[in-house]
Amino acid sequence: MRSLFGAALALVATIAIAAEIAPEARRSGHDFDSPETRAMQDDGTANPGMLWVSEGEGLWAKKAGTAALSCRDCHSDAQTSMKGAAARYPVFDTAVGRPVDLEQRINLCRTEHQRAEPFAWESEDLLALTVFVAHQSHGLPIAEDDNPELKPFSAWGDELFHRREGQFNLSCSQCHDDNWGKRLAGSVIPQGHPTGYPVYRLEWQSLGSLQRRLRNCMTGVRAAPYDYGASEAVALELYLMERARGMTIETPAVRP
Amino acid sequence: MARVLINLPERAKRGEIIEIKTLLQHPMETGYRLDSNGAKIPRDIVNLFACTYNGEEVFRAELFPAIAANPFIAFSTIATESDELVFSWTDDDGQTRTETRKIIVE
Repeated sequence: MRSLFGAALALVATIAIAAEIAPEARRSGHDFDSPETRAMQDDGTANPGMLWVSEGEGLWAKKAGTAALSCRDCHSDAQTSMKGAAARYPVFDTAVGRPVDLEQRINLCRTEHQRAEPFAWESEDLLALTVFVAHQSHGLPIAEDDNPELKPFSAWGDELFHRREGQFNLSCSQCHDDNWGKRLAGSVIPQGHPTGYPVYRLEWQSLGSLQRRLRNCMTGVRAAPYDYGASEAVALELYLMERARGMTIETPAVRP
Repeated sequence: MARVLINLPERAKRGEIIEIKTLLQHPMETGYRLDSNGAKIPRDIVNLFACTYNGEEVFRAELFPAIAANPFIAFSTIATESDELVFSWTDDDGQTRTETRKIIVE
């Protein structure tokens, strides 16, 4: 009886582990794209995300705020100073006592150092600057920050990822861990790795942030989406980066 | 019409076929969408793209609804002379964006 119970427990444990994607089985959304969409992303002259990268390059050098400082005045050349930044964000900010993502870091820089108004979420300026900074990590592996202060937040993100939500009563994990590769209506369900954000989505006909994508999914399961910049959203971003550790940054990615 | 990316070879041999790729940032507003007050957002799409090379028009495209935002147009031409290529996009607002690129033909 006891051994039968033990066997049942072991079986449950196997199922629970099987739900997580093994590191060698992880695949970027790029692998699920059509050949045309992949070609669009891979050709820097056809990738529409590069329009925002070039816009961001201009903003990097533009002085802003009452401090009249540009990003370049402090960080000099983005090619060296911002290399790898997107691969390790969100990071723990001791001043605010919680993790901040790349967009929030840019806005913190604006308010604290440039003494300028923060950019609105999903504004063209914020997207352009974020994608320009993130593009400097193109080709680098995701190596999220190992600051122990982040642990409770990534654990929270893990819990949110596995929590059923909305009228459809679905968790992120039920699609992206258990049913990736299958179809939801006409679209392939990807594994949900944040390797290419901000991403150019053909559906949006525009660039958008990871938070916009998360809100999009939440609306899809008929849950109330997190507000832009909500702690839950950042915790989820943090968990997703941890889940995608070692995968290659491909910003700006193109997705259907 | 905020940003433009144009890709063409810097140098080419005379008589060589060169590929030119252009990407323009434009919302391509369809004219079918409503704003938050229910009023129609007027159509604003790029309706004409043209490229002249060595004073001669080598490519022209009339664009219609159902072409994606940020239109990508690629075409080819024959390298004849070291000269300027002039690209122009015209939208429904009547604005024209013009860009110039040089090519060296040897």
